[in-house]
Amino acid sequence: MLAVVDHATPLSAHIANWLAAFVGLEPIWVFHAVGALVVATGVLALVVTPVGLGGVYLERKLAGRIQNRRGPNRVGPYGLLQTLADGVKLLSKEDIIHRGADAPLFRLAPYIVFLSAFAGFVVLPFWPGGAPANLDVGIFYFLALIGLETIGIVMAGWSSNNKWSLLGSMREVAQVISYELPLGIVAMCPVIVAGTMSLSGITEVQAGPIWKWFVFRDGIWAIVMVPAFLVFYVSGLAAAKRAPFDLPEAESELIAGFHTEYSGMRFGMFFLPEYALMLSISAVTSVLFLGGYHDPLGMSAEGGSMHGVWWWGLIWFFSKTTILFLSQLILRWTLPRLRIDQVMYLCYKVLLPIAMACLVATAFLRLFFS
Amino acid sequence: MSNTVSETPAAANPNPSQIQGVKLSGERAVPVIPRDIQTDELVFNMGPQHPSTHGVLRVVLRTDGEVVLEAQPLIGNLHRSCEKILENLTYVQGLPYVDRMDYLGALNMELGLVLSVEEAGGVEVPKRAQYLRVIMCELNRVISHLFASGQFGLDMGAFTPFLYMFREREEGLKLLNMVTGGRLLYHYIRYGGVTRDITPEWAKLCLAWCDRVLAHMPEYDNLLTWNNIFLNRSCGVAILDASTCMDFAVTGPCLRAAGVKRDLRKDMPYSSYEDFDFEVPVGPFEKGVVGDSWNRYRQRLMEIHESLKIIRQAIEGLPEGETQQKKISRAWKSPPGEAYVASEAPRGEISCYFVSDGGKFPYRCRMRGPSFQNIAVLELCSRGLLIGDLIALLGSIDITLGEVDR
Repeated sequence: MLAVVDHATPLSAHIANWLAAFVGLEPIWVFHAVGALVVATGVLALVVTPVGLGGVYLERKLAGRIQNRRGPNRVGPYGLLQTLADGVKLLSKEDIIHRGADAPLFRLAPYIVFLSAFAGFVVLPFWPGGAPANLDVGIFYFLALIGLETIGIVMAGWSSNNKWSLLGSMREVAQVISYELPLGIVAMCPVIVAGTMSLSGITEVQAGPIWKWFVFRDGIWAIVMVPAFLVFYVSGLAAAKRAPFDLPEAESELIAGFHTEYSGMRFGMFFLPEYALMLSISAVTSVLFLGGYHDPLGMSAEGGSMHGVWWWGLIWFFSKTTILFLSQLILRWTLPRLRIDQVMYLCYKVLLPIAMACLVATAFLRLFFS
Repeated sequence: MSNTVSETPAAANPNPSQIQGVKLSGERAVPVIPRDIQTDELVFNMGPQHPSTHGVLRVVLRTDGEVVLEAQPLIGNLHRSCEKILENLTYVQGLPYVDRMDYLGALNMELGLVLSVEEAGGVEVPKRAQYLRVIMCELNRVISHLFASGQFGLDMGAFTPFLYMFREREEGLKLLNMVTGGRLLYHYIRYGGVTRDITPEWAKLCLAWCDRVLAHMPEYDNLLTWNNIFLNRSCGVAILDASTCMDFAVTGPCLRAAGVKRDLRKDMPYSSYEDFDFEVPVGPFEKGVVGDSWNRYRQRLMEIHESLKIIRQAIEGLPEGETQQKKISRAWKSPPGEAYVASEAPRGEISCYFVSDGGKFPYRCRMRGPSFQNIAVLELCSRGLLIGDLIALLGSIDITLGEVDR
């Protein structure tokens, strides 16, 4: 049913139309609002649950395996409910806003971070036509949300009235202005090839077997796309504030960085978005370079046996995302942390020139080869 | 920082201008904020509840953004007046207190006190007891170095190597536990000997453990030592050159990593260390500049190899005989006299100036601890470092606050 939805109409509009037809009442905008709410709730339910229960559990279990220990194994079968228990613990903890804090900003900051991390899922094409909101400027919207998260973090650092927090948020700003340039520029490479900024559109251009994915596209594009993919991946690590780029938190240096003063569920509001951001950045990486919901054999392409089958696309989308997510976890538990000047050096003097070269080369290739 | 002291070997100080003023980070100088931009200095209170001060050290930082202008270590949060307590307890009662100084190298602390008291009192220690002391102290040194290296990795943000090193440390603690009955604080070395003998089974277990640690060393190297990020973070960072070390009486791995070959086990052998064949590794090592953070880290790993060699030789050549002088009773007291004996603890030289007036209690026990001396260099060495580098400096000097504050 969902698979036949054409890409131009958002999912919420379909729900609105169906509701309007079912109830038969005016005005139609009410149904649009209801449709949007249903989609938003659905995305949150579908995304927060796997992120909260899956992502955190996966990380802890994997970290345990890497570190020669077992990881969570007490709450529920195989420790699966550990995250749930932690959530209950966070909710029941005392909510402290200390006297020196700027209370309104202090309260607001976690929500901004939470919102910007989870709102990114709205534009992801989970299966053919399965983007909750198929924006024409999908990738632009996504990058803008990553920038918005920074505001929440700076807000948290400033309102905490704690010098370590402030230092953490200043590091975050320094990091953002460093990684956003290469991140934004290499994201334009697939956009140039696809001719659209919509994530669904970019995925559709990559329909077909593995050599149609942008990272290997027809062999010749690999010259440009492989470095672009690597730059995007590394910048994405920095965007998710994961090791080796976890400087804003930098436990051994800044205690807990920008969320030093947060406790209970307010801390949870910083903790969960980190995983959400990791997942959404992995998903966007897979959409931009690894063919999104297309399988490597081209069965989901036009004329293939699985063309338009929504669960087939979902399987491939999630497996690609999960592989990238796991690679981030493995890096997290293997590598030490960079220093702030090394992060800036890496982003400005290494990644940015590569990104620029990729962009120019993509433009030329596009001119001569397509 | 003065580099005019000519005692420094030329190789130890390749470019004096690099060490003065702005510190190096690899080949790139730390960015200096232009003076025409008006910025305020921040005063940070690092510790006593900071995760990387290795205990309850408090460092007051004056920084320009992330660049440290001044770092003043304020010690004393863990002060228990150990030396005064020793003056008010009988000899036998006082001994467990020195364990609490450097709790990561507790056996070496015991040895520091016991050697001085025995020297002053003219107590002969049976050869077997001397060998047992060596075995246990070296075991303790390996464990302590594993802890320090892992902790340094943790300070650099690498969590996993820490737990890998703890795996071997745990096994070593079990070995110590089997003989001494304690995992951290042992009270094993007594005046005139040691409390318990080892069994052949234990010796076998210990040798197997030595092999295991050696087998795991490449794992640490692959994971941490040769990691490019780790090298970038620690090579050329927080250089502690030989002349500074000598000015501040820095001893132990920090001094040897700066290229000075001074190890009391070799230079002034005590407790039969002259019987064993081992090397004293000194910096510079494969990467970095002599006396930088990476060399200090590497120094400890190299010393683990040598300590394992000593343990093996001591177990294989363990002489028969008593483990304890029979005439040392519970009410034993030292005849009048004084002595100063220095020995090599994991963090540097531990020594005790001991005076006895023949009474029930020691007249004076002045301990000279390595951590207390080594931490003094922080103020000088931290100027111009980034906060991340300051953590590297603290972690690579490797202090134990119990011994700094005593």
